[in-house]
Amino acid sequence: MLEYMTILIIKTLVAFAVSLLIVAYSTWIERKVLGHVQLRHGPRRVGFHGLLQPIADGVKGFFKEELIPDNADKPLFLLAPIISIAAAVTLIVVVPFGGKVHLFGREISLYLTDLDVSVLLVLGISTLGAYGGILGGWSSGNKYGVIGGLRGTAMMISYELSMALAVIAVIMVSGSMSLVDIVNSQAGMWNIVKQPFAFILFLICGLAEINRTPFDMPEAEAELACGFNVEYSAMKFALFFMAEYCHMFVFAALVTTLFLGGWHGPIVDGPHWFFLKSFLIIFFCVWERSTFPRLRYDQIMAFGWKIMLPFGLLNILLTGLWLLVF
Amino acid sequence: MLRDYVPVMLMMLVGAGFGVVAVVLSSALGPKRRSRVKKETYECGMTTQGATYAPTPIKYYVVALLFLVFDLECVFMYPWAVHYKSLGVFGFVEMVIFMVVLFVCYVYVWKKGALEWE
Repeated sequence: MLEYMTILIIKTLVAFAVSLLIVAYSTWIERKVLGHVQLRHGPRRVGFHGLLQPIADGVKGFFKEELIPDNADKPLFLLAPIISIAAAVTLIVVVPFGGKVHLFGREISLYLTDLDVSVLLVLGISTLGAYGGILGGWSSGNKYGVIGGLRGTAMMISYELSMALAVIAVIMVSGSMSLVDIVNSQAGMWNIVKQPFAFILFLICGLAEINRTPFDMPEAEAELACGFNVEYSAMKFALFFMAEYCHMFVFAALVTTLFLGGWHGPIVDGPHWFFLKSFLIIFFCVWERSTFPRLRYDQIMAFGWKIMLPFGLLNILLTGLWLLVF
Repeated sequence: MLRDYVPVMLMMLVGAGFGVVAVVLSSALGPKRRSRVKKETYECGMTTQGATYAPTPIKYYVVALLFLVFDLECVFMYPWAVHYKSLGVFGFVEMVIFMVVLFVCYVYVWKKGALEWE
């Protein structure tokens, strides 16, 4: 028991540290790629090609003045970023970085836990993160914040439906809700081949879930100043920011796990394939941000309810038929 | 079985702890040069106009209700999807009936104009 707990705590802290590192360097990737897309250099002052920039930004976050506006509801205002980051970090627990490896004479699994309902846990907890956004917007006492929080939440729950439908089709093919089982079922052929429509559906809905352009409604800077985090400063703002990038990493990990075969790959299976695919998806998120303009809010809602939802139901029906026939 | 959920709790504590430490540290370390203007509501430097908590459009409640309805549908589908391969034709027909009922509701909602956003 003691040994089990020790290993567990070490694994949790390592997973947390690795994820924080990935989160920090996703911001670097984002700024660098966006820069080069726009024929700029992006950050390059701190360290070699700006490699130390995320760390400098983090340190800066601690030493900035924090403001709590007079209008704000103080307890909720302080609580909102903590909810946001806690929900985002919890998602890492089910991400399967790799299979089992032999380290220090014992077999260690490269995932923290393998639940029977991992998929449900991810969908549930990622929705809890929406509380951070809406409470943050509401408690700021700023009408842009309120509007941003409301819009963001309404959009997230709308797209979560279609996301769940896409995932259900994958579960039908794999026959399990455990992410490790889903990865193992893709050893021969990746799910992207069996479920191309679900992949597209999941990719689009995922971008809406993690509030990326063209779906960045909660913080449409041109319309809402900065949306739900307009009144936040110093580390509280940074926590929202980190939660967002943490969601992006988890989304990339989920796409990798559900559709791209997880840690399986040519030659040697292992976590390197997982990280390679995840970073490709993160690159995709940045790439499409620099390509697409933001959609109008009514268009986003209409797209989610009138196109994605029936498309998701149809995909489940087709998957069912296909599995019956073959 | 319940043991599998221990890491979830642990990670949640780590995340919340990190959040609390970050908020406390930054308020302890940062400079404090308060002024009346700084603590005003930020509206791009303009004087604040109108009420902060304006009436919320009813649309948001409708979307929340619709979400509950269709998300419950998804919850019913998860166990079905896991066992789909062993259920065979029976499972397929059952789910088609279930989906048709829901699709009728969906068409009703659409025709009622609940999905329009003016």
